[in-house]
Amino acid sequence: MSADADIKIEIRDLTMAYGSFVVMKDINAKIKRGEVFVIMGGSGCGKSTLLRHMIGLKQPAKGDILYDGAPFWQSSDEARQERLRRFGVLFQSGALWSSMTLAENIALPLGEYTKLSAGDIADIARLKLALVGLKGFEDYYPAEISGGMCKRAGLARAMALDPEILFFDEPSAGLDPISSRNLDELILQLRDTLGATFVVVTHELASIFTIADNSVFLDPNTRTMRANGSPREMLKHSTDPAVQEFLTRGEKSASTAAAAKPV
Amino acid sequence: MPVSATPTKAELTVRRTADGLLLVGLAGDWGAQPEKPGLGAVEKELAGGGITALAFDTAGLGRWDSGLVALLFKCLGLCDQKGVKVRTETLPEGLTKLIGLAVAVPEKKGAARSKEQPPFLQRVGTSGLAVWEGGAGMLRFMGENVLAFLKMLRGKAQFRWVDTFMVMQECGPQALGIVALINFLIGLILAFVGATELAVFGASIYTADLVAIASVREMGCIMTGIILCGRTGAAFAAQLGTMKVNQEIEAFQTFGISPVEFLVLPRMLALIVMMPLLCIFADVIAIGGGFLVSTLMLDITPMLYLHRTVATITLTSFLLGIFKGAFFGVVVALTGCLRGMQCGTNAAAVGQATTSAVVTGITTIIASDGLFAVLCSALHI
Repeated sequence: MSADADIKIEIRDLTMAYGSFVVMKDINAKIKRGEVFVIMGGSGCGKSTLLRHMIGLKQPAKGDILYDGAPFWQSSDEARQERLRRFGVLFQSGALWSSMTLAENIALPLGEYTKLSAGDIADIARLKLALVGLKGFEDYYPAEISGGMCKRAGLARAMALDPEILFFDEPSAGLDPISSRNLDELILQLRDTLGATFVVVTHELASIFTIADNSVFLDPNTRTMRANGSPREMLKHSTDPAVQEFLTRGEKSASTAAAAKPV
Repeated sequence: MPVSATPTKAELTVRRTADGLLLVGLAGDWGAQPEKPGLGAVEKELAGGGITALAFDTAGLGRWDSGLVALLFKCLGLCDQKGVKVRTETLPEGLTKLIGLAVAVPEKKGAARSKEQPPFLQRVGTSGLAVWEGGAGMLRFMGENVLAFLKMLRGKAQFRWVDTFMVMQECGPQALGIVALINFLIGLILAFVGATELAVFGASIYTADLVAIASVREMGCIMTGIILCGRTGAAFAAQLGTMKVNQEIEAFQTFGISPVEFLVLPRMLALIVMMPLLCIFADVIAIGGGFLVSTLMLDITPMLYLHRTVATITLTSFLLGIFKGAFFGVVVALTGCLRGMQCGTNAAAVGQATTSAVVTGITTIIASDGLFAVLCSALHI
C-alpha cells in the first residue's frame, strides 16, 4: 500500500494507434512522485505520441494512464478537465499564444482557474518569468523574442498553476549546448524545490544522464518498450544491444562493426 | 583524380573475359558533361547470361561526380538481381566509400510508395466517406458552438470580452472602407441598369424603388457577407490554422480551456453584432449611389427620389435584410473557424484551410440566400 501510494503515474497496457496503424503496444511503466521520468528512443518512434496520450490530446487505442491511481481516459470529461488543470505542459516550440504578451500568457490560466485579483496575477506572472530568467520581458510578444526565450517563457506558463506534473516535449531541441544544460539544471532545481513529477521526452544523451531518475526506452522496430528503469543502471546492466547502442550513441558497437563493414 | 585541362569524353566499355568475368572500363571525364554513356551495354551483356562476376577497370578515369556514383549504384542493383558478384576494389577510394554508404542500410520493405491508382469504386468510396466525415465534423462543430453559446448565456464560458471587442474592431470599423466602396458601386450599377430598362416604359422614376428594394432586401447583405467572408473569414481560418500549426490550440486544451469557447465564441459574437450594423451602412451607401446616378443623369429631383425610396422600403424588407446579415455573419464565422480548427499541421494546410473557408463561406451565403428567397415568396414576405 505504502509503495503504491508513492506511484504518481502509471501507464498500463497502453497501445497507441493512428487508425489501424499501431505505433506502440503494451507499454507499462510506473512513475513515482517527485521523479524525473524520461521517454527516450530514436527519432519518429512515438515518444511525442506517448506524451500526447498522457496530456489528454490523443485517446489510447487500448489501456489507460492512471494518475494517483485514478484512470485518466476511462473517466468523465469533467474529471479529465479537472485533472488537466494540475498539469503543466511545455511544447516543443513553446506554443505561446502569439496574440498575447508573455505576462498575459501566464496570466490567462491564472485568471481562468484562480480567484486572485488582477494585481496578484500580474505579480505571479512577473515572478514566474523571473524564475526562468526573463525578468523585464513581461510586455514582449512571443514573436519579438528568440526561440530559446520562447521555450523558457513556455516553461514559465507551464508552471503558472503550480502543477503537480510537468510534461516537456523535447526541451533541448533547437537550443545551444549551454542553454540546454541550463534548462536541465532548472528542471532539477524545480524537482527539488516544487516536489513536482516530471515527464520529459528527449533523445539528448547528455540530458538523459543528467536529469533522469527513471525512463522508458521505445523501440520502433519491435513497436514496444524495450527497457524501463534508470538510464544509468541501464547503461551498466542492460544486455539489450538496442538499448546499449542508443545509450552509447552506437560508439561501442561501431568500433567492432567497422572492421566487418560490407563493401 | 587527375585533372586535365580539356575534359575528355566519358566512356564506358564492356569486355567479357574468361571464366564469366565482365570487365567494365570507365574512362574519360565523368564530371559535369552533358553526354554520358548509360548502362545499356552492361545490361545487354548481363542479359546474355553466363556472367558470374563484374569488375571495373578505371585506369583512364578522370573526374567524376554523383552521376557516376548513381550509375554504379544502379549497376550494383542490376547485378544483385542477377546474382552477379561485384568487385569494387579497383574503383577509386572515394567512389568505393560512397557506394559503401549507399548500400550500408538495406531498403526498408514497404517504404517505397506504389504508384498504382486504386480502383475506381475504391476512390468513389473513399471520397464518399470523406464527404460523410466532413459533414459529421461540421455538425459536431456547430453543436459545440451551440453548447458554448448556451454556456456563455449562463455566464460560464471561458472567454474574454476584450478578445471579442478586438475582433469587432477588426471586422467592423476596419471593413467600412471596402464595404462602402463595393456597395456604392452596386448602387450605381443598379441605378444604371434600372434607368436604361425602365426608360423604355417611361418609368424612370421607379429606378429609386428598384435600387432601394434590391439593396435593402438582397444586395446589401449579400455583398457585405461576401466581403466579410473574403476579408474576415479567411483571416479567421489563417489565424486558427497557424495556431494549430504552432500547437497553440493544443496548449489551450492542455490547460483545460475549450478552444471553441475561447477562440470561436468571440469571433462568432463579433460577427453576429457587426454584420447587421454593416448591412445598414451598406444599404445607406448603395441608396446613395443610386441617388447620385438618378439625380445627376435622369432629371429625377432629389426630393422625389428620397420620397420614393422611403415609400418603397417596408419594415419587413429592412428587417429581413438585417436578419440575413446576421445569419451570414454566423456562416462566415463558422466556416472560417471550422476550417481553421480542422487545419493540418503544415504551411500548405493553412493555405488550403483559408481557401476552403472562403469557398465554403461564399457558396453557403449564396445558396442560403436562394433558400431565403424561396421561403419569402412562399410566405409572402
